[in-house]
Amino acid sequence: MRHIISILMENEAGALSRVAGLFSARGYNIESLTVAPTEDTSLSRMTLVTRGNEEIIEQITKQLNKLIDVVKLIDLADISHVERELMLVKVKTTLNNREEIKRLADIFRGKIIDVTNNSYMIEMTGSSEKLDAFVESLNDENIIETVRSGPTSMSRGEHGLHL
Amino acid sequence: MELSGGEIVIQCLKDEGVEYLFGYPGGAVLHLYDAIFHQDDVKHILVRHEQAATHAADAYARATGKAGVVLVTSGPGATNAVTGIATAYMDSIPMVVISGQVPTAVIGSDAFQEVDMIGITRPCVKHNFLVKDISDIAETMKKAFYVATTGRPGPVVVDIPKDITDPNIKIPYHYPDSISMRSYNPSVQGHTGQIKKAVELLLTAKRPVIYSGGGVVIGEASKELTELTRYLNFPITNTLMGLGAYPATDKQFVGMLGMHGTYEANLSMHQSDVILAIGVRFDDRVTGKLAEFCPNAQIIHIDIDPASISKTVKVDIPIVGDVKPVLLQMLALIKQQHKPDAEPLARWWAQINQWRTSKCLEFDRSSTEIKPQRVVEQLYEITKGDAYITSDVGQHQMYASQFYHFDKPRRWINSGGLGTMGFGLPAAIGVKLAFPDADVACITGEASIQMCIQELATALQYNTPIKIINLNNGYMGMVRQWQEFNYESRYSQSYMDTLPDFVKLAESYGHVGIRVERPEDVMPALEKAFAMKDRTVFLDIITDRTENVYPMIETGKGHQEMTLRVAPGTPIDRELA
Repeated sequence: MRHIISILMENEAGALSRVAGLFSARGYNIESLTVAPTEDTSLSRMTLVTRGNEEIIEQITKQLNKLIDVVKLIDLADISHVERELMLVKVKTTLNNREEIKRLADIFRGKIIDVTNNSYMIEMTGSSEKLDAFVESLNDENIIETVRSGPTSMSRGEHGLHL
Repeated sequence: MELSGGEIVIQCLKDEGVEYLFGYPGGAVLHLYDAIFHQDDVKHILVRHEQAATHAADAYARATGKAGVVLVTSGPGATNAVTGIATAYMDSIPMVVISGQVPTAVIGSDAFQEVDMIGITRPCVKHNFLVKDISDIAETMKKAFYVATTGRPGPVVVDIPKDITDPNIKIPYHYPDSISMRSYNPSVQGHTGQIKKAVELLLTAKRPVIYSGGGVVIGEASKELTELTRYLNFPITNTLMGLGAYPATDKQFVGMLGMHGTYEANLSMHQSDVILAIGVRFDDRVTGKLAEFCPNAQIIHIDIDPASISKTVKVDIPIVGDVKPVLLQMLALIKQQHKPDAEPLARWWAQINQWRTSKCLEFDRSSTEIKPQRVVEQLYEITKGDAYITSDVGQHQMYASQFYHFDKPRRWINSGGLGTMGFGLPAAIGVKLAFPDADVACITGEASIQMCIQELATALQYNTPIKIINLNNGYMGMVRQWQEFNYESRYSQSYMDTLPDFVKLAESYGHVGIRVERPEDVMPALEKAFAMKDRTVFLDIITDRTENVYPMIETGKGHQEMTLRVAPGTPIDRELA
């Protein structure tokens, strides 16, 4: 089963490699991983997507908690949560398809953030499934490059992951 | 008080009460060694290889319970220490390793003797620190000792670039009295509700067994374990790491369990209905085939590390906490209630005593060759079971664990988890420094001893008279045994050709060497060796090269008798046949 684990950790050099190293050393898989400092600059927040059965996920959370740099973590799969991923897509444009691509981006609530004679750069946020759907709806030949942040996520309601 | 970075490191060690620092100098730590030169409080032990520094410090920690401390230089000094760091990590031994690093300005430039020590040690330390500012040294050192010695202990590396220890830069020194870390709060007290549930289950057990390990030794809970076990009149087995936590000579002790454990210990586990697991980690050498492990047992597991619980074997009642307070709470609860039903327990003991009659550890006592098991028995007799025994890894390690009956914790010093050959000799030096008046013997083999043989020089320099019991069968015995069983006796590369003359070797290092070739000469040689209180004695004992460690559950097999290998011609062999 897919799990999203949110981790609050000390914002120190090497903290990221401790998490990544733990996953490779113990043979757990990482589907995606995103990390950046929080409003408290001494802390980083990491969102990690992984897959495994109940026993593996239990071991992953226990082993993560054992890392000295990890302050707190939560498995969001257990609770009601919202997920968002950011994607940038660069597409080739011609006189014939410019309008169509713009309409398509609008339908998916994407924004065109850069334009050249023969390309658009489209910014889009949403669930990973929505981003997949948008990429599928574009003609493969038109895609120059894509970049995705991997999902970030938060639990719903008044509680949250903080000190 | 204004001190340089190098002086601060050494002053921190003094303030931490460090007695011995095991190390080896080199370019990146020269400032530190100059600071060592100017003081006498922290005694430096110069080893002959950095691996030995880590093993000696590790064994010092195992014997005393205090953190072992190591100082090595950057690059090869640091990488040589890695084996010892991993050894300590696998057995949860508190250790602080200070490694020199190239100056901060050249880190990352492939400078002379540069390695990424933080990166290399990350998977085998509890934590590591790179010190990037002189004003961080004192707090980092405090954190290092705090992390290494609390919770589930382990090695901590402090990597210090050379410019941080510059003698020309001085700052005011203050060593913190205590430290707290928001990201590290090891839990100590067990959950009361879980402990209650555990006690209820224990008191209804019909075929209980207590399975205890290194966590009891580390957690200083030997007394509580013994009291609980005796009060309940339950059988108890110890892991390799847990030997001595419960007196091996007690009638309730059924021996070590696992691959080379006793028949009665393994069958008690296999047929039990309730297992009380304390400070253990269900290691593969203990459990054998997981699918067949203790099929009818409900398991209670006490451990300070939540990640050890239900890692390989799913347990029914997990209790996260320090074993000592948890056992005390259990005892208090148990004493308020009635004792377990005596009748099923009596039947259980009758069954166990019947298994015991098979005498699974028996060996051929009429042999004209020296049997390694008999040597360990004789060592036990002459030291009255009261010596500190270090060992290397292989057959001799198993013989030591089977035939030296440890009645006290912290007396059995061996590399259980990592299985590091070369551990025994430096370990013996570390223990002897901690307890100069105690008998310290290193049980080893001719293959293992050669992996850190250079430490004979260290033993002379620091006057640590130890007794080396070299069970010399000319083979990497355990490798040979597996090749005999699993590879139709194709002894690929396991014969130790061109062995040195160990007697002359010991003598050239300034010690006493004695070669023993006949069974009747073993005891007199041991007597002679232990009579020489102030000399290190190397006993090169030529043992039966065909001898194997029995009984044995082969890898991938369950605890049941069907897959047991036993010594040919012994009572258990006849019984199973």
